[in-house]
Amino acid sequence: MSKALRAWLLLMLIAFTAVVSAQAIDPLPFRDHAEELRFQHLTSELRCLVCQDENLADSNADFARDLRHKVFELMQQGKSDAQIKQYLVDRYSDFVLYDPPLNIRTWLLWFGPLLILIAGGFTVGYTIRKRSRAGTPAAPTDNGDDW
Amino acid sequence: MTPELGQLALILALMLALAQSILPLVGAWRGNRALMAVARPAATGQAVFVALAFVILVWAFLHFDFSVQYVADNSNLQLPWYYRIAAVWGAHEGSMLLWVLILNVWTVALALLSRQLPEVFLSRVLSVLGIISVGFLCFILFTSNPFGRLLPMPPDGADLNPVLQDPGMTFHPPVLYMGYVGFSVAFAFSIAALLGGSMEQAWVRWARPWTNAAWGFLSCGIVAGSWWAYAELGWGGWWFWDPVENASFMPWLVGVALIHAQAVTEKRGSLRAWTILLSLFAFSLSLLGTFLVRSGILTSVHAFASDPRRGTFILCFLAVVVGGSLLLYALRAPKVAGGKAFALISRESAILIGNLMFTVAAAMVLLGTLFPLLGDALNMGKISVGPPYFGLLFPLLMSPVVLLLPFGPYLRWGNSDVPVLKQVLVRAGIAAAACAVLAAFFVQGQLKAIAGVATAVWVGVGVVLYVIKRWREMPPGRRYPAEMAGMLLAHVGVAIFLIGVLLSESLSVTRDVRMAPGQVAVVGGYEFRFDGVTQTVGPNWHAEQGVVTVTRNGAAVAVMHPQKRTYAHEQVQTESSVDPGITRDLYVALGEPMDPSHIEGAWALRLYTKPFIRWIWGGGLFMMLGGFVSAADRRFRVKREADAPQTIATPVQESQA
Amino acid sequence: MSRLLPFFAFVLLAALLGFGIWWNSSHDPTAVPSPLINKPAPSFALPMLDQPTHSVSKESMLGKPYLVNVFASWCFACGEEHPVLMAESKSLGIPVIGYDYKDDPNDAKAWLAQHGNPYDTVITDESGHTAIDFGVYGAPETFLIDGKGVIRYKRIGPLTPDVITQQLKPAIAALEKEAP
Repeated sequence: MSKALRAWLLLMLIAFTAVVSAQAIDPLPFRDHAEELRFQHLTSELRCLVCQDENLADSNADFARDLRHKVFELMQQGKSDAQIKQYLVDRYSDFVLYDPPLNIRTWLLWFGPLLILIAGGFTVGYTIRKRSRAGTPAAPTDNGDDW
Repeated sequence: MTPELGQLALILALMLALAQSILPLVGAWRGNRALMAVARPAATGQAVFVALAFVILVWAFLHFDFSVQYVADNSNLQLPWYYRIAAVWGAHEGSMLLWVLILNVWTVALALLSRQLPEVFLSRVLSVLGIISVGFLCFILFTSNPFGRLLPMPPDGADLNPVLQDPGMTFHPPVLYMGYVGFSVAFAFSIAALLGGSMEQAWVRWARPWTNAAWGFLSCGIVAGSWWAYAELGWGGWWFWDPVENASFMPWLVGVALIHAQAVTEKRGSLRAWTILLSLFAFSLSLLGTFLVRSGILTSVHAFASDPRRGTFILCFLAVVVGGSLLLYALRAPKVAGGKAFALISRESAILIGNLMFTVAAAMVLLGTLFPLLGDALNMGKISVGPPYFGLLFPLLMSPVVLLLPFGPYLRWGNSDVPVLKQVLVRAGIAAAACAVLAAFFVQGQLKAIAGVATAVWVGVGVVLYVIKRWREMPPGRRYPAEMAGMLLAHVGVAIFLIGVLLSESLSVTRDVRMAPGQVAVVGGYEFRFDGVTQTVGPNWHAEQGVVTVTRNGAAVAVMHPQKRTYAHEQVQTESSVDPGITRDLYVALGEPMDPSHIEGAWALRLYTKPFIRWIWGGGLFMMLGGFVSAADRRFRVKREADAPQTIATPVQESQA
Repeated sequence: MSRLLPFFAFVLLAALLGFGIWWNSSHDPTAVPSPLINKPAPSFALPMLDQPTHSVSKESMLGKPYLVNVFASWCFACGEEHPVLMAESKSLGIPVIGYDYKDDPNDAKAWLAQHGNPYDTVITDESGHTAIDFGVYGAPETFLIDGKGVIRYKRIGPLTPDVITQQLKPAIAALEKEAP
C-alpha cells in the first residue's frame, strides 16, 4: 500500500472517530407512525459507505444523513422500498444492501448453509442407522441416575 | 527502566514456555519422567513472569509513564484510575498480553487441579498449552510489544477511546478471553488423546468440567459485550452480526455442540472422533476470532488497528496449530465407531441432531462473515452481508433445536420410551398454545411476539415438568446432581432468552423527536417530558445533560439524564440514559440542539421503550450459570479406578504406533 | 479420506485469509468500486464558484474528455492530494473541473487562495445532492468523463503521482486514441 494511501486511511480514521460514536438522531416529519416504522426498517438494512460498519439508521456521518434524507425524500415521492434500494444500488453498488440479493454471485452464500445441512443430515442419518443396527440398544433402565 | 523489566519478563516467559512445550512432550514420548516433570514448574514459572509483565504494564498506566508508547497512546492525566487499568487491555498490544496471562491462568489451574491425571497425559496437555503460549508470546515480542518506548516522553498522553470508557469495558474483554482461551484446555486434551492413541474415552471426562467452565465464561463475555453495546454504543441494539461479534459467537455455537457431544462420549463411548473434532474446532474458531479482529481483513466497529505483519504472523500460527491438529486428527482419530449402540429415539440421536444444527449454524456464520472476502477473491465486487441474512437463517437453523429441547431430559440413552415423550408433547404443547392465545390479546397480533411467548413456554414448561418429575421420583439428595442442574439452568436460560429476543424485537418502539423544553412525547404508552439541558462535568469530560421526566398515566416513573459528553481531544460520545425494568427498559439518547447556539432551546432526542429486553441477557446469564454449575459436579473430580490401567499402558502403545 | 475433509476445509480457509492479507495490503479495503463506470454520467448543472450565477452542466461539457475532482476545504486528504494536482493538472491535457463538495463557498475560495488553484473551473455542490447521483461518498474522488459524457474511470481517495502515471494517464491516452 502506498504511503499516501496509508496516510489517507489514517486521516479518514481520525476524521471519523470524532463523529462515529455520536448519535444519528434525526427527527424527520413523517406523515404517520407506519411511515416512520417503514423508514426505520429500510434505513437499518442499508449500509453506510463512510462508517462501513454502521447502517444508515445508526450512522451519524454527514454522508449517512444525506442518504437518509434522500431515502426520506424518495419515500415522500411514493417510491417503493425496492425502488429506493435500486436507486442506491445504481449509484453505490450492491455494497449498500445489508440484505444481499439472491443472484449468481450470492448463490453460495444463500444456499451454502443448506448444502452443509443436507450433507450433515445424511451423515447423521447414516450414523443413527448404523448404530441402531450395531446391536440391540440397551433397554431403558429406570435407575434414575441414567439420565 | 521498569518497562524493560516487563519485556525481559516476557522473554523469560517465552524461554519457559519453550521448555514447557518441548521437554514434557519428548519425555512422554521417551517415557522419561524427569523430562515430564518439567511441565508443571515450567508452567508455573511462565505464569509468574507473564503476571509480572502484566503488573508492570498496569503500574505504567497507574503512574502515567508516557515514555511507554502504549501508555501514551491509550491514557492521559485526566483518565480515572479504574479506566487506566481497563486501558491495559483497551488496545491491541495490552489485550494480547491479557490473552497470554489468561492462558497461563488456565494452564496453572489445570496443573494444580489435575493431579489425578496420568503423568504422561498431563505432560502432553501442558506441552500443547505451552506451544500455544510460545506462539502468542512470540507474537507479542516480535509484532506487538506493549513496552515499546516513546522518546522524548510527552507531557500527556492521548486518550482511551471514549467508547471504551465504560464499566462494561473493564469487564467484557477479560471474561470473553477466559472463554476463548478456556477452549484451549479441551483442545489440548484432544491433542494429547490423539497423540496417546489409547485414551479415546477417558480424557473426555477430565475435559468436561473445563469445557463447561470455558463455555460459561464465553457466555458471560458475550452477554457483557452485548450489554455494553446496548448501553454504550447508544443505538439501543444488542446484537449487530458484526464480524467481531460473529468471531465470538462461532466458538460459542461450537461450544454448545461440544458440551453435548462430550456428554455422549463420556457416558456412552459414542461419537469419539466427532468430540475430538469439535474440541479442535472450538479452539480453532477462537484463534480465528483473534485473527479476524487483529488482521484488519474485515472492517468492523470493534476491530483493532490493522497491520499486515500481525495478520501474517497469526495466519502462520493458525496454519501450524489448526492445520497441524487437523492433520493429526486425520492420521490418528479413532477409526472404528465405538461405544454402545443407540436407537433412533434416544438421547444420542437427539444430541446428534442438535450438534448438526449448531455446527451448521456456526458454518453459516463463518460463511456470512467471510463471504465479502470471498467476493473480493473471486472478483465478484463488494458485497455486504448483514443482519437480514443472519437474522433470517439463524432462527431457521435453531428452530429444530428449540422444538426438540423439551424432550432432551426425558430421552434416555440408548433407547427411549415413546409414551413419556408424547406426554411431554401434549402438556408442553397445550401450555404453549394456551399462552400464545393469551399473549395474542396483549401484543396486538404481533406474530413474532406470540411466537416468542409460545416457544419460551414450550421450552420452559418442558424443563419445569422434568424438574417436577425428578422431585417426585427421586429421594432427596439424588434429585438434581450438579451436572443435571446445570443443564436445566442452561435450558431455562434458552426460554428466558427467547422471551427477551422475540418480545423486544417485535414490541420495541423507537422515535426520533425534536423537543423543546416542556414538550411531551408519547412512546409505547409512556409520556416523556423534556425538561431542558444543563452543563455538567466529569473527571475527564464535560457534557450537556438533558433531563427527561417519564410518566405513565400521570404517575411518575423515572427521571432520566442522557448526556452528550466531550472528552479530551474533542471526542464526542453520547451517554444514553437507561431506566431498567423487568418488563421494559426506557432508553433515552440525546442528539444535537436544533440550533447549536441555543442549547437551552429544542433538541433532537431518540426515545425508546424496549419491552423485556433485559431477558436477553438474563437468559445468557442462566446459560453461563448452567455451564459453571455443571462444571462443578463432584463426579468429574473423583478419580475412577477403572481409568488407571488404561492410561499407564500409554507410552508403550505409542512407541508402537 | 473423510478424515482429511476438515484439514482440506482449513486449507481453503487459510488460503482465503492469506488472500485477504495480501488484498488489503494492496487495496483500500474501504473503497467501494462505482457501478457507474462505463455508464453515462448523471446530468448535472452546478454553479461556478467564482460566478455563482453561471452554471456548468453535463451538456455544456460534451464533446471532449474532462476530469472531475471532488474536493472540499474540510477534507484532510484533499490537502495531501492538492500539491500533486498543482504539479500535474496541466500535464493531463484535458480540462480539470474542481467539484467543491458540501462546502461553504467562502471556505473553498479561501482554501484555493491559500493552496493554489489547479482547476480550470470550480463548481460547487453545497447540498451534496448531485454528488449522490455521482455515487460520491467522500472526498477526494476523481472521475474521468469522455466526450460522450460517459464515466470511464474513477479514483476513490487521493490522486498520487503513481496513480496518475499508472492509471489516469493511460486512461486518458486510451480516450484520445478512440476519438482523435
